[in-house]
Amino acid sequence: MEWNFDPFSNNSFNHYGNNPINASHSAGGIIQRTQSPKVWGGTTLGVVYQDGVMLAADTLGSWGQLARYRKEERLYPVGNFTAIAYAGDMSDFQYTKHMLDSLMIKEYYINDDHVLSTPHVYEYLSRVMYHRRTKMDPLWNTFIVGGYNNGERFLGYVDLLGTTYQSSAISTGLGAYYAQPILRKAVEGREGLLTEAEAIELLNSCMRVLFYRDCKVINSIQRAKVTAAGVEITEPYSVSSEWGFGEGVRGFGSQKQ
Amino acid sequence: MDMNSFLPIQVPWTPQTATSAPKQAPSFFPYADNAGTVAAISGTDFAVLAADTRQSAGGNYLINTRYQPKMFKLSNGSVFGTSGFYGDATTFLNRINQRLEWYRHAHDKEMSTPALAQLISILLYSRRFFPYYVRVLLGGLDLEGRGVVYGYDSIGSYEACLSRAVGSGGKMIQPFLDNQIERKTQTGILRAPLTLDKTKTIMRDAFTSAAERDIYTGDYVEIFTITAQGVNVEKFDLRKD
Amino acid sequence: MKSITPPSNNKGLYIGVLFRNQYDNDICTWSPQGRIHQIEYALEAVKQGSAAVGLRSKTHAILLVLKRSSGDLSSYQKKIIKIDDHIGIAIAGLTSDARVLSNFMRTQAMRSKMLFNRPLPVYRIVSAIGDKAQTNTQHYGGRPYGVGLLIVGYDEKGPHLYEFAPSGNFFEYYAMSIGARSQSAKTYLEKHYESFADATLDELVRHGLHALRDTLQQDKEIDTQNCSVGVVGEDQKFETIEGDRLQRYLDLLDGGDTGQGGETVESMDTE
Repeated sequence: MEWNFDPFSNNSFNHYGNNPINASHSAGGIIQRTQSPKVWGGTTLGVVYQDGVMLAADTLGSWGQLARYRKEERLYPVGNFTAIAYAGDMSDFQYTKHMLDSLMIKEYYINDDHVLSTPHVYEYLSRVMYHRRTKMDPLWNTFIVGGYNNGERFLGYVDLLGTTYQSSAISTGLGAYYAQPILRKAVEGREGLLTEAEAIELLNSCMRVLFYRDCKVINSIQRAKVTAAGVEITEPYSVSSEWGFGEGVRGFGSQKQ
Repeated sequence: MDMNSFLPIQVPWTPQTATSAPKQAPSFFPYADNAGTVAAISGTDFAVLAADTRQSAGGNYLINTRYQPKMFKLSNGSVFGTSGFYGDATTFLNRINQRLEWYRHAHDKEMSTPALAQLISILLYSRRFFPYYVRVLLGGLDLEGRGVVYGYDSIGSYEACLSRAVGSGGKMIQPFLDNQIERKTQTGILRAPLTLDKTKTIMRDAFTSAAERDIYTGDYVEIFTITAQGVNVEKFDLRKD
Repeated sequence: MKSITPPSNNKGLYIGVLFRNQYDNDICTWSPQGRIHQIEYALEAVKQGSAAVGLRSKTHAILLVLKRSSGDLSSYQKKIIKIDDHIGIAIAGLTSDARVLSNFMRTQAMRSKMLFNRPLPVYRIVSAIGDKAQTNTQHYGGRPYGVGLLIVGYDEKGPHLYEFAPSGNFFEYYAMSIGARSQSAKTYLEKHYESFADATLDELVRHGLHALRDTLQQDKEIDTQNCSVGVVGEDQKFETIEGDRLQRYLDLLDGGDTGQGGETVESMDTE
């Protein structure tokens, strides 16, 4: 089973060749399902740390090569102790937000004190994603679901195929290549030790790397943290970056002095 | 049989296909290969199953996670393992568990492993033309208490076997099991039946070796042992690179 | 001699309708007193069934039922049905209606596991059958269920006991009984319910058996054959205890005949 996922090919920025200008449209009255995404959000990151979980994403929604929406918030709370981060199609995500909001409202009105905890939201989202892929009508998204319930940290991944996994460090998009090794090195085996300050610094430095390397990441990012106190999502902010002439820059790559 | 023969044909990306002809968005492809290895051995009064716990984005050189179990103890005491597309695997597992629960409600007893083996075949065949992209192994004890292992293809044909290895490292482990368990290619064959301890050792060695050569096998191996006393799980380290 | 009046003259039927009840022919007609008789008849059907008792402590919720057999040649009718690992029901009334309802409840419980990976909260399964039963009381040509249920379950909020009636009503209780002569059991439960909260499982079962015993006819006793107990609780999946395993609990009963061996009237080997 071989199809193109090579990030270093001509398609590196766009796995599905989905430039909206080239996107296929319905013809002859045949219903055309979502076969390719239109407005695209890129990298998302998630880690677990001492007090809970932390997610990060930039705020860019791209339309093909165009940096179309620069304040697209890609982190979203679901109930009081769950946050999700999306990559992929913006309209499919907005639909998903609406769907999850309706679900939480419906649950609330049953009024029996039972709330959907993060694993429950995660299972539901996974079932929806798998169901849509089975209908060949996918929601073109990759989600990181983070939460903190009754002292338990939860960090899970689900994508447009319904593939699921849980891990202490997750990243999507080009972050899977650039950020994931950095995250794993910092987090694996240290889940209970990593402090909040360290986790923030870790995500900031990963976003900085991505801003430098991934042409579809901009320097406007948000973080979400989920702890015993609930969900907290920051306003968009920037990390420091250096774009000056490289003459005096030392200590990079193979260059030692 | 090659799993890919069941799937829709995908035109692989090459510089030629990328540059010639007007660029067309590839249509949605509903499968992924999350790889990993599952192996099973049946003994006189036991069965041993093992699977590594790495989940990968197949063909992508990405490790999704180091620990996502692909082998599960079922409510009737059998053990079910699968490699392939993880989304299909979890769904398939849910369907099996639902059927087992209805069976329990109706008959007030657990389903036997051979009956479950047939059920899995039927469930796989129910999706003959949009298959569950899974390589399933089932292990347990039969009605006489003998160890049994069943191997499947993704559309439901199945057989009972002494040993079976499937998934990304399956092709490496199978010949080793053929030699050690079925003694097919051994010189100076020793006919004494394998003990449980020896079987587990063989299984562990098989996974340690596969992890050396197959990039999609690694991190941890979980070994499930099924005896009349129940199901026992052990977890060992594999290389993590 | 006068000839016999042919039945086609309809006089008998007319008198019958006139002097019995004009407002109970279907579920869609109110009586001038503001009652729907068909629903009330369905509630009566519950009282035809043998008794079921339910009670709960802080850690457990239990069911106890008295089973009937149609004769010495038959087995006893099963009255406790498991719905999921955390929910079980006891029935009084039409068994076949209970089977339809329990099937529906099992489906709902499985749906919750499949969709949310969550054991269904007990209140939700009860309100689901409540809604279902209400529908049967509002559509022409329908008939209410002829069965009452006691539902016990254990969820994130602890143990629960509910009563469900064919009218679609349901209530949560500390302790409750339904079925034939259940008033006697209720009297016992009302007298003792304050001690249930802190009771151990054994004490709870003993109270339940006492309440159940009060529903018996004069010459009958509960024994390992005509009684079943359903238990669910903290770290305890729903389980039905019957047959020889019940003896341990019957031995807890004080006073009276505990119905061991062949001493009871209903025992198979007395005839």
